[in-house]
Amino acid sequence: MGKGRFGIHGGQFVPETLMNAVIELETAYNHFKQDSNFQAELLELLNNYAGRPSLLYYAEKMTRDLGGARIYLKREDLNHTGSHKINNVLGQVLLAKYMGKNRVIAETGAGQHGVATATAAALLGLKCEIFMGKEDTERQALNVYRMKLLGATVHEVTSGTQTLKDAVNETMREWTARVEDTHYVLGSVMGPHPFPTIVRDFQSVIGREVKQQILQKEGRLPDVLVACVGGGSNAMGLFYEFIEDSAVRLIGCEAAGLGIDTDKHAATMTTGTVGIFHGMKSYFCQDEYGQIAPVYSISAGLDYPGVGPEHAWLHDLGRAEYVAVTDDEAVDAFEYLSRTEGIIPAIESAHAVAYVRKLAPMMDKDKIMVVNLSGRGDKDVAAIARYRRVDLYE
Amino acid sequence: MSRVQQAFSRGKAFIPFITAGDPSLETTERLVIEMAAAGADLIEIGIPFSDPVAEGPIIQQADERALTAGTTTDGIFDMVGRIRQVCDVPLAFMTYMNPVFTYGTERFMQKCQDAGVDAVIVPDLPFEEKDELLPVCSRYGIDLISLIAPTSHERISMIASEAQGFIYCVSSMGVTGVREEINTQVGEMVKQVKAVRDIPCAVGFGISTPEQAAQIARFCDGVIVGSAIVKIVEQYGVNCVPPVIDFVRKMRLVMDQI
Repeated sequence: MGKGRFGIHGGQFVPETLMNAVIELETAYNHFKQDSNFQAELLELLNNYAGRPSLLYYAEKMTRDLGGARIYLKREDLNHTGSHKINNVLGQVLLAKYMGKNRVIAETGAGQHGVATATAAALLGLKCEIFMGKEDTERQALNVYRMKLLGATVHEVTSGTQTLKDAVNETMREWTARVEDTHYVLGSVMGPHPFPTIVRDFQSVIGREVKQQILQKEGRLPDVLVACVGGGSNAMGLFYEFIEDSAVRLIGCEAAGLGIDTDKHAATMTTGTVGIFHGMKSYFCQDEYGQIAPVYSISAGLDYPGVGPEHAWLHDLGRAEYVAVTDDEAVDAFEYLSRTEGIIPAIESAHAVAYVRKLAPMMDKDKIMVVNLSGRGDKDVAAIARYRRVDLYE
Repeated sequence: MSRVQQAFSRGKAFIPFITAGDPSLETTERLVIEMAAAGADLIEIGIPFSDPVAEGPIIQQADERALTAGTTTDGIFDMVGRIRQVCDVPLAFMTYMNPVFTYGTERFMQKCQDAGVDAVIVPDLPFEEKDELLPVCSRYGIDLISLIAPTSHERISMIASEAQGFIYCVSSMGVTGVREEINTQVGEMVKQVKAVRDIPCAVGFGISTPEQAAQIARFCDGVIVGSAIVKIVEQYGVNCVPPVIDFVRKMRLVMDQI
């Protein structure tokens, strides 16, 4: 069995052209994660550029309103560029620089990862090209312009379903063509080994901070952690530090789109089967012949037919639970958090907030839950207005 | 001698690729039979996949056309069964891990054996992961074809030492497609293989004209042409058989002159 397995999941299912690149990446990563210069430079970037540590905020009004568990929000939305994506991107772009690469490429769905990559590339002086499904460039036009402002070239992907999955396909194709001078900054805990491990390690700062912060505030570990899951990087970043703490429930929220009984959803764990795609063995939405299903979610960031292999493993073990949240529930939660706490969440993160609204009232008042507010919602305001049939440009 | 070995026993091999079900399985069936008659030594049949990451736009679109037309793996097995009643040309499936894995690796290879498929080429299955398929392939006598690329370098001897049937040498970086310039360093790759094993080497990715084929064939045992043929299929649709056969004859002629 190849490297990078999580139970049966993971592996390195890439074309031979990329094998030396993923081997080189693994070697470099193992070297630099021990390198004090690299670690010092990354820490400096995280603290003094990205704004870490992010706050752990007690959502008192929301707690009172829901009448159950005490709710804390991990404010990844307050990071520079507005989401958790910056944690991984600073690590990977710095790694690319240490590896002597002068060009980075990345896929993006909602645009958060693309913006973060363009930002880090601008700061660290690397050329940057972003691949984004055409449908997503329309849903997230503001982020496209933002990436261009940051000096990146944005390629509209017109193949397949023109969303995140196709952006990944196209970025992999580009990497195959330019592997010598280019690093692929994969945006989630997915793809071939060593990406799921690298991205998880760079994101695990979220959970480490939460553990420290909650011990300070409450003197004990939380009872429940909740995060949204597309590929699964913000969830993995939150969960990882707590996997050994078996009393802490880990809950991932997938996109149920128009409902899991329709064909318009992206609920991989709830409805998917094991397959091998995008470099990894994991769960995928697919048909009986292994054709990847065209998935759907109002959230471009969760609109992905697979899930990271470590999540698939946590699912198999029963260590983490995965639930599905519909568009309607997410939009309601988007508006609810805005009104209740004065915080506009990313529509992705709103999927986690939606589940908290269901779960918290059923829990005792002495229970503690932490929700990863993985991103801010400015980018989604226009889309939510459209959803509510409000014409902003009248 | 296995059928795959036979393909390389008559001099330089010409190996065309077509996507099954583009534009229909009936057309694919006729193409395979007629290409064999026109001198193709081995034929690669692509099982269309929704997300073919190793393919350029020409074959991506062929896969889309085939899937839109309702092509399924079962339909393709049935078609190969019909072809085998009239034609013994060596056949290789080219597809991705997911269509094989999700169909059920055991069931897939058994059907390959029953239908008369000789080899499978799976571009997203590198050497390190080949245990996903190899034990099952061996059980059913199906060759699992290894690929080497311009970035393989020191990996070539490792791959060659355990390769089966023939080695698929990827001529250029990137995806399949029609290219103006073909990397002639492929000759070095072939030499590295031959230093380890006497196994046929066929070169693919980017070769589209008889002139390119002639140039490349000097350095190897066969050439693989995909996108150039798929383009003809795209242009002529159900009427593609005569122009494709015309193209195959030209390629055969060039191969025979080397």
